[in-house]
Amino acid sequence: MTLWWAIVLVSLGCYALKLCGLAAPRRVLDHPVVRRFAELVPVALLAALIAVQTFTHEGALQFDPARTAGLGAAVVALVLRAPFLVVLAAAAVVTALVRVFTG
Amino acid sequence: MNTATRDGLGVGVAVGLSGAAFGAAAVTAGLDVAQSCVLSLLAFTGASQFALVGAVSGGGDLLAASAGALLLGGRNTLYGLRLADLLKVRGGRRLVAAQGVIDETTAVALAQPTPETARRAFTVTFASLYLMWNLTTLIGALGTSALGDPGVLGLDAVGPATFLAILWPRLVSEPGLRGLALGGAAVALLATPFVPAGVPVLLSAVVVLLVVLR
Repeated sequence: MTLWWAIVLVSLGCYALKLCGLAAPRRVLDHPVVRRFAELVPVALLAALIAVQTFTHEGALQFDPARTAGLGAAVVALVLRAPFLVVLAAAAVVTALVRVFTG
Repeated sequence: MNTATRDGLGVGVAVGLSGAAFGAAAVTAGLDVAQSCVLSLLAFTGASQFALVGAVSGGGDLLAASAGALLLGGRNTLYGLRLADLLKVRGGRRLVAAQGVIDETTAVALAQPTPETARRAFTVTFASLYLMWNLTTLIGALGTSALGDPGVLGLDAVGPATFLAILWPRLVSEPGLRGLALGGAAVALLATPFVPAGVPVLLSAVVVLLVVLR
């Protein structure tokens, strides 16, 4: 599977998922278990993505002080109710600065 | 300018700007500029796009990476269910409107007092966000390709920070979900040494299944 195929698959799949909601007969997707699963899946997946992208590298656990500090800066920005883009900028700037100072 | 239009433009332009972060993350992960732009044009749902390129950057299994992105895209199906009664679109217009069924358009549309203003809010948010997201994806991708090593600018921290910013409001409003989030993160980290990259994130969905079916 090449990268282009993954991109096509995700693009078509994401569109189909959106269209399903608009077009599907209600009863099919309105089942309480399906609904609850779909509401909770993003929470677990997003948390997993944060953990994996912060603390692993090429299939192994790795502690990267700069990236960890960047994520910490994002937490501080979120606690201070900073806008979305400020949160992202804080993470990038702190990560870059820690790399500069720890060489 | 009425409230629905103002709300839509505000969210569309502000959130649309973070397409630059996606373009940067995609190129950092090893996608080229065209691949980054195709994802923003066709997939057009931020969390799934970030998930795919994040898994790719880990040198992960592409099928697992795609499955993770699609699982995240599944919430848009629920939004579609909520919006179907409100938008009442059919035929070709439904095919176009479907592409706009995402977090932000749903949030702004559902916040409006009447079906009429909800439809306008949906259209304005979708149009402005789609234009901004794709424009800034291109700028972010081009800028990052010109840069060389994105690690120097700390761009590898932008992906996780994006996910955290998306997740944060839910953890604040529903403290009961924090255990689930920690569980999902723990499962993914524990599985990392043993399975191909991309799979740990999927395993965290299993935790959800266990919670739901308990």
